[in-house]
Amino acid sequence: MIPLLFLLLPPSGVSVFDTPNDGGGSITVRWELSPEDSLLSGYLVERSTHPDTGFSAVGRVGRGRDEFVDNTTEDGKIYYYRIRARIGEDLSPPSPISKGVSSSPQWFHFGKINVLIGIVTFTFFLFYFIAAAKAGRELFIRKIAGLDALEEAVGRATEMGRPILFVPGLSTMTDVATIAAMNILGEVAKTAARYETPLIVPNCDPIVMTVAQEVVKEAYTAAGHPEAYNPDKVFFLSSSQFAFAAGIGGIMMRDKPATNLFMGMFYAESLILAETGAATGAVQIAGTDAAMQLPFFVVACDYTLMGEEFYAASAYLSREPILVGSIKAQDYSKIILLLATLLGPILYFAFRLDLIKQLFQIAR
Amino acid sequence: MRRRVPLTIAFVAGVAMIIQFFIPHKASKDFYFSVLDWYIIVAAFSLVLGVQSLVHVHITRIRRRREGYPYSILTIIAVAVTAISGIFWGTGKGSFFIRIYQFITVPMGATMFSLLAFFMASAAFRAFRARNLEASLLLVAAVIVMLGRVPIGFYLLPKLPDVVEWILSYPSLAAYRGIAIGVGLGMIGTALKIILGVERRWLGER
Repeated sequence: MIPLLFLLLPPSGVSVFDTPNDGGGSITVRWELSPEDSLLSGYLVERSTHPDTGFSAVGRVGRGRDEFVDNTTEDGKIYYYRIRARIGEDLSPPSPISKGVSSSPQWFHFGKINVLIGIVTFTFFLFYFIAAAKAGRELFIRKIAGLDALEEAVGRATEMGRPILFVPGLSTMTDVATIAAMNILGEVAKTAARYETPLIVPNCDPIVMTVAQEVVKEAYTAAGHPEAYNPDKVFFLSSSQFAFAAGIGGIMMRDKPATNLFMGMFYAESLILAETGAATGAVQIAGTDAAMQLPFFVVACDYTLMGEEFYAASAYLSREPILVGSIKAQDYSKIILLLATLLGPILYFAFRLDLIKQLFQIAR
Repeated sequence: MRRRVPLTIAFVAGVAMIIQFFIPHKASKDFYFSVLDWYIIVAAFSLVLGVQSLVHVHITRIRRRREGYPYSILTIIAVAVTAISGIFWGTGKGSFFIRIYQFITVPMGATMFSLLAFFMASAAFRAFRARNLEASLLLVAAVIVMLGRVPIGFYLLPKLPDVVEWILSYPSLAAYRGIAIGVGLGMIGTALKIILGVERRWLGER
């Protein structure tokens, strides 16, 4: 075996560079595969802080691989690399030694430039349409049946003398869906306060509960009925998923709310909640960005706000020009995104521009 | 002032986190993880608020003898026993606290989860009634997908699994991605509106 290994050609053309877009402590080593690559088990990567001596193994990769990322470097220290072909534990002579390289941390992730372009474009549209809305320009938003039905659903609860149940999902305040749910809760609470209809808001997270209490309290004050606010109606139920679902099921069966609103992030319990509500005969409106749960809500609820409709709810309900302007910014960003999706592949295949490919790559 | 402080905090924290997202440097990562640590600390303290709310609601229900108040007594006893066992006898392996979790909490959660099967059956019955064109299309697609996913579908029509694969890979995935793009933009929009102070409803403000 040993004579065969010494006949084998080691890899050549070893190049090294500081791994881009990282926090330091990493060097990338690349090489040209050995001409006998198919006979090998793989390659052994050796490293030293001197160009001539002191090389020791830092990693190994399988055959056909021509890159190794050394994540054990010390920033600022110069390293030299060489590669050996290997069959099992037997090694070929080493490749030529690479030039010296050191690792260093970067202050900007160039792989995320596409995200930055997206944010800048979106922010530009946001400011433009907010300015347009402030200037009095009419901005059209298509009708959203689920949101149009909201006032009607609150009115129904008032007529029947029954409460409204608002479930703000099972996620925390770090989830944008929960924040969007709080925005909708503010509008619902205001309408409920106007009609003097009881509003029940069970919560799965204590922080969400605290925010919900504040939102409902302020909405009742804004509607001119601060005395009608009852903090006991905005309460913590359980942080356990199915205990929460069971608790809400119990509220639905005991208090028989005329209107159930499910807004926020939901998981496997979505169908349990929506089906129990449907069994009590309540009008149900759901809004979530959890695509996996949407079919369950569509089936069991009267109206469902899908994805972006859910995020547009606050602006749609309030009709405040600056919020409506933000919806238009979303629409125009979507047009840009669709155009990029259509033109990107065409440009790439027509001109083979790597820049286009990089723009669509997801950075780690 | 009451409004300006949280708005300023939201703006500074939001902008800081956006900048952090683009910086791979170790200092930026350390900042990110310290923010996560702070969130865990705040969340741990907020649990006290949750327990206070739970106890208050159930004590009120017991005191006013509201419908179903015996369940509230059970809830208070369960909270007290679990908390006391955890505080005084620990939460290690084989402890009373863990036994409560293993032999009461987990089976009850599993029971609720298993109820999903029955809810799915009733929801499917309602969804698959061919009342109009859309519901009929849903019914046909569902029958094809369900049949194509079980061995009998393959025996009846060997091409059926391929049809199912096509439905899931093209029309279904296209719809899913359409929703995902809308959700992504909605999330960015909501986050930017809060950071820039355009959206203030989360503060309870009109």
